[in-house]
Amino acid sequence: MIERLRSMSPPIIVGIVGLVAWELVLQVLQPDGFVLPPPSDIVASLIATWDAIWIAVQSTGFVIVTGLLFGIAWGVLGALVVSWYRLADEMLTPLAIGVSAIPIIALAPIFNAWFGLLSPRSNQLIVVLLVFFPIFINTTRGLTDIDPDQIDLMRSYGASRWQITKEVRIPNAMPFFFTALKISAALAVIAAIVSEYFGGRQDALGPLIVQNAGLARYPDAWAAVLAGSLIGIGLYALARVVERFAMPWQTAVNQGVEG
Amino acid sequence: MSATETVPAVEATSVTKIFNRGKPNEILALDDVSVAVGRNEFMTLIGPSGCGKSTLLRLMAALTHPSDGEISVHGKPADQARQDRDYGMAFQTAGLFDWRTVSQNIELPLQLMGWSKSDRRERADEMLDLVRLEGFGGHYPRELSGGMQQRVAIARALSFSPSILLMDEPFGALDEITREHMQAELLRIWDETHTTVVFVTHSIPEAVFLSERVLVMSPRPGTISAEVIVDLGHRDFDTRESEKFFERVTAVREALRVPEEPA
Repeated sequence: MIERLRSMSPPIIVGIVGLVAWELVLQVLQPDGFVLPPPSDIVASLIATWDAIWIAVQSTGFVIVTGLLFGIAWGVLGALVVSWYRLADEMLTPLAIGVSAIPIIALAPIFNAWFGLLSPRSNQLIVVLLVFFPIFINTTRGLTDIDPDQIDLMRSYGASRWQITKEVRIPNAMPFFFTALKISAALAVIAAIVSEYFGGRQDALGPLIVQNAGLARYPDAWAAVLAGSLIGIGLYALARVVERFAMPWQTAVNQGVEG
Repeated sequence: MSATETVPAVEATSVTKIFNRGKPNEILALDDVSVAVGRNEFMTLIGPSGCGKSTLLRLMAALTHPSDGEISVHGKPADQARQDRDYGMAFQTAGLFDWRTVSQNIELPLQLMGWSKSDRRERADEMLDLVRLEGFGGHYPRELSGGMQQRVAIARALSFSPSILLMDEPFGALDEITREHMQAELLRIWDETHTTVVFVTHSIPEAVFLSERVLVMSPRPGTISAEVIVDLGHRDFDTRESEKFFERVTAVREALRVPEEPA
């Protein structure tokens, strides 16, 4: 428990010191409020406008979660196919790397034209595409970057391709997958909110930020940004928890080294 | 059944292996190699790097196929033997799966062969006793030393009682002290299980200490250049200091000597 506190406290201390400094500088210097509101104003706004923010969090959260799930599903599926068929690897992987260089957010206005300006489909598609590539590329690496002796060993047992995938490739890919998942969680939040600036449901976080900033209600806009950050932090934390449960050998080894 | 008694455990007949056939980087790895390994024999292949000894082992395991010639195992094609799970294998890297505990690693081949959970657990415990790692079943491989990991790999290779154990420089990554200890352990296990062993190494003392017979291979293209019958009988700590041991080591070393160009 003390170990845990010790490992957590430095970032918390830095965070608190930063917030206090931010608050103090603004209270003392009192620049025009709209440049940067003090943290206390942002928190006050979050509470005051909670109803609208909660609706927006659900609306944007839906886009983020569904986009993440589909992006992960397609990314993992693509990686499995590529690990099974060399031809698919030669055809798809360079293509995927090429396509991943496209600034996908820039496609938002085009997707709005496809799905309708107020449809969340365009936001979902952007999240799916942005999540797909890190998941696909990292998982492929994890499924294929395997000690050849281990594959030979499985073959010497007469293991089928599926058994090799299940017992060797998938466990080997887990650390790669979770690294990508943690990156993707943050990307998904950014992708959803930024794409909402261009279109999608109007009760979402993106429009809320744009409207509040447009009306010079900066603390309200910051409160919506804060809500978005909290979604991102929550998803990251969730990914870490799942990671720990999915890979018990990692924690065992780490404890073994320390102890 | 007396006919099968005379059939060698592994027999390679005029085996040739060519990599990248027909391409500019074509390599003749093995040229017309014939080897017979007797039942319950401990036979070692020794030779310099790149002589094709690992390739020959992989051919015996049906992990790759000869360009020409034939490999039979207990009188049947090597592929069939692989399907019948006649082979246990161990490599230079222990090749343990990080995500499985020691017991689960040993149980893996049994699991693939459809053994029940309780049978698997029971056998894993027996194998842990055999390699003297009682009580380490619940640990993850990375928590163990290199020598311990290699012992787990041997336990895994032997868990399903394969008739042939194929070992590719299994102790190559270990320090000298651990290595000699592991060699003694392997001989003890061989005594207890009487499995046929084909062992690949480039250490002369290791080959002599372990084997009944050493086949010396020449560099590319790989051929069998000499055979040394070792026949040291019971081996223990003093064996490595015996005259007979030195004689055999010298014999293998001489056989490995690269013939000098006549002036």
